[in-house]
Amino acid sequence: MKKNFTQLENFGHSHSAPSYLHQINITEEIQEAFSLAKKTGLSVTARGAGRSYNDAALTGGGIILDMRGMNAITRWDKSTGLITAQPGTTLEQIWQKVEPDGWWPPVVSGTMKTTLGGCLSANIHGKNNFKMGPIGEHVVEFTAILPTGAEITCSQNKNADLFYAMISGLGMLGIFTSVTMQMKRIYSGLLTVDAFPVQNLHEQLSSLLEGAPDHDYIVGWLDCIASGKSLGRGQIHATRYLHEGEDPNPQETMKIKNQVLPPMIFGVFPKSLLHYFMAPFVNNFGTWGVNTAKYIASLRKHTFRQSHAAFHFLLDYVPNWEYSFGRGGLIQYQSFVPKETAEAAWTEVLKLAQKNGLPSYLGVTKRHRPDKFLLTHAVDGFSLAMDFKVTNSNRARLSAMLQQFDKIILQAGGRFYFAKNSETSAETAQAFYGEETLAEFRKLKKRCDPHGLLESDLYKRIFGN
Amino acid sequence: MSESPKPFDKNPSSGTSQDKPAPATPLNPRQRGIIIGASDGIGAALARKLTKEGYTLALLARRQDKLTTLCNEINTSTGEVRALAYVHDVAEYDKAPALLHKIVADLGGLDVVVFMAGVNYPPGLNNYNFEGDRKMIEVNLLGAMAWLSPVAEMFQNAKAGQIVGISSVAGDRGRIGNPGYNTSKAALTTYLEALRNRLTRHGVNVLTVKPGFVKTEMVKAAQGATPFAIEPEKAAEDIYQAMRKRKQVIYTASIWRWIMLIIQHVPSVIFRRMSF
Repeated sequence: MKKNFTQLENFGHSHSAPSYLHQINITEEIQEAFSLAKKTGLSVTARGAGRSYNDAALTGGGIILDMRGMNAITRWDKSTGLITAQPGTTLEQIWQKVEPDGWWPPVVSGTMKTTLGGCLSANIHGKNNFKMGPIGEHVVEFTAILPTGAEITCSQNKNADLFYAMISGLGMLGIFTSVTMQMKRIYSGLLTVDAFPVQNLHEQLSSLLEGAPDHDYIVGWLDCIASGKSLGRGQIHATRYLHEGEDPNPQETMKIKNQVLPPMIFGVFPKSLLHYFMAPFVNNFGTWGVNTAKYIASLRKHTFRQSHAAFHFLLDYVPNWEYSFGRGGLIQYQSFVPKETAEAAWTEVLKLAQKNGLPSYLGVTKRHRPDKFLLTHAVDGFSLAMDFKVTNSNRARLSAMLQQFDKIILQAGGRFYFAKNSETSAETAQAFYGEETLAEFRKLKKRCDPHGLLESDLYKRIFGN
Repeated sequence: MSESPKPFDKNPSSGTSQDKPAPATPLNPRQRGIIIGASDGIGAALARKLTKEGYTLALLARRQDKLTTLCNEINTSTGEVRALAYVHDVAEYDKAPALLHKIVADLGGLDVVVFMAGVNYPPGLNNYNFEGDRKMIEVNLLGAMAWLSPVAEMFQNAKAGQIVGISSVAGDRGRIGNPGYNTSKAALTTYLEALRNRLTRHGVNVLTVKPGFVKTEMVKAAQGATPFAIEPEKAAEDIYQAMRKRKQVIYTASIWRWIMLIIQHVPSVIFRRMSF
C-alpha cells in the first residue's frame, strides 16, 4: 500500500493531494480496496482520467482507485447502436469504435480524454444539453459495486432510485463496473456549423435561446474582458447534423483518419509545444489582445462543415493547454442560471470580475434544460463557464470574489456543477440542492455506504457535516 | 512498546468529525504539518508560529494535558481547527507508521514533518549513567528514525515535502559534560544529512536545525552557564524562515554557526584539556 503513495492533482494543476494509488484492473480489486478501507479507516475515491477541475477525484491521505485499467469495450452492436464498456473506457475509445459504423456518442464533453465512469458520476452535458439532456439519459443499464461489497444492476426500471442517484452521484454511492449506452445514428462524419458574432450579453443569450430549437448543438464564446455596451459579446457556433444524403461520401468522412486533430500546425510545428507560446498571453493584457482579435475575426458571419471530433473536442486542440496558466494553475467557475434571471445575474458577475481586475480568460455559454437525476446541475436556462488563472497574489481576492458570485447566482435561482467548481461551500450546495434532495441523497448514501468509505475531498467539502 | 501495534489506532484525543480541519481548495491551499514533540519549548512556539502562518498541524507529545491546552489555545486564537492533538511516545517505535497514515488522512495531506522530541539526562561531570544515555539514544535518535523513515518514504514517493530535524550544537563536538547527549545529536545530524542526500533528488528538502541555548525546561535543568540563550519564539521564527527558504542547515541563534566553526577546529590536543 505504501509503495504507490502519490501526489495527485486536479486537471487545472491548482490543487494537489497525496494518496495511496491502487491500480484497478478487475472488479475483485475494488472489493479488496473497500475491505482495506474498512479496516484502516481511510477514505476511498475512484479516479478516471483526472479531468475534473476540482477535488472530485482526490482524497487527501486516502485510497484512490485508478480505474483506467478497466477500459475494455465488451460489446458493440452496430445494428442497434448499443455499446457496453468498462468505466475506465474513454470517450476517445468509444467514438473511435462507433463512428466508422455510422454512430456517435449522444453526449460528449469538451475533451475526449474523460472516462465513462467520470462522465456518469458528474453526469456530464455537451453542447446539446437542451436537446439530448445529460449523458445519463442515454445510459440503458449499468452495474456497480457498492461499498457494502454488493454488486447491483440499475436501469430506469430496475433499482431506479439508485440509477438516478449514482448517475450524478459524484462517485459517492458506488463504483461503476460496466455501462451500457445507446449511441446516436449519424449520416456523415461532418457537421454544418453556423458561426456568427453577438454584440453583448443580451444578444448572446437570446441567440442561444432562439438558435437552439433549429440546431443540434449550440455554444457561445464570451469575451469576459469587453466592457460597457460590449459586455458579454462573443461568437455563437450553432451546429446541426447532416441528414441522410447531404454528405455524398459518408463512408469517407466517418473514417477516423478524417476526424482526428492533426498533431502539427502547418504540417511542421508540433502542437505539444504550443502551450509554451500561449503562456505569455494568459494575463489581462494578453487576453484582451487575443479576445479582441478573436472577436474581430468572428465578425464575418459564415457557415462551414467540420468533423465531429474537431467540433466537439476543442479542449484537445492544444495538448496540455492548462499548463499555459502558469505555476498556480487554473480553476473553473461554472454557473447554471434560469433563462429569466441569467442576463441580470451574469451582468453583475462579469462587471464584478472586471472591477476586481480578475476577469476570466475564457468564457463559454451553453443552453440547458432540467433533468431527472438526483444531484442535477441543470436548469431551464443557460450556463456560463469561466476559467480563472490562479497565482499566489490573487488567491485571496479571487476566493472572496467567487463567494460574491455564489451569492448572486443563488439569488438568481442558479446551480453549480461539481466537475468544475472547486470553491463552493457546503452552505451554498445545501441552498441550491435543497433539503429534500440532500435528505434523499443521505438516505441512499447510508444504504449503499453505511461505513462512509467513499469520501472524496469534494464530498468532505460539500456534504461533510 | 508492550502493547501490540494496532494499525490505524483511533486516538482518543482526536478523530471526531467535529474537529476535522477545513478542507483545502485551490484558492485556500493549506500547508499541513506534523510536529513531534510539541507540548512545550520550541515545539509549542513553532506550533503557534506555523498555525499563525496558515498551517494546519498535528501536534504529538506524551503529555495529554499540555497538548490539549496548546491545541485549544491555537484553535481559539485562529478561530478554526488548525491544531489536532495526538498523544504519542516516540519510544513506541512500532506505533509510528500507523499513526503517520492516520494523521495524513486526518489532515488530508502532508507538507512538512518536524521532529522535535528530545530528552537530556546530564550524568554529572564525573559520573557515568548508561540508563540515561540509552534513553537519550532511544528518544533523540531512534525516535527520529522511527518517524522519519516512513515519512521519507512517503515524501520520496510523493516527490514533495520537507523534513525538519531538531538536532543541536551539542552534536558538533564530543565534550566532557554529556557524552550520551552529544552522541545522540551527532548521530541525528548525520542521519538527517544522509536523508538530505537521498531525498533532494526527489524534490524533498531536509532541514537540520542546531539550536544553541534556548530558554526551555531542558536548558533550565542543565548545569552551567547558558551564553547567547534565546527565547523559544526566536528559535521558532528562525526555523520558520529557514523552512520557507528551504535551507539545509541552520544554527539558532545564528551566532552559533561561528562559535561552532571555531570549536570544531580546536585541535584535540587542546580540546582534551578544556573544561567544557
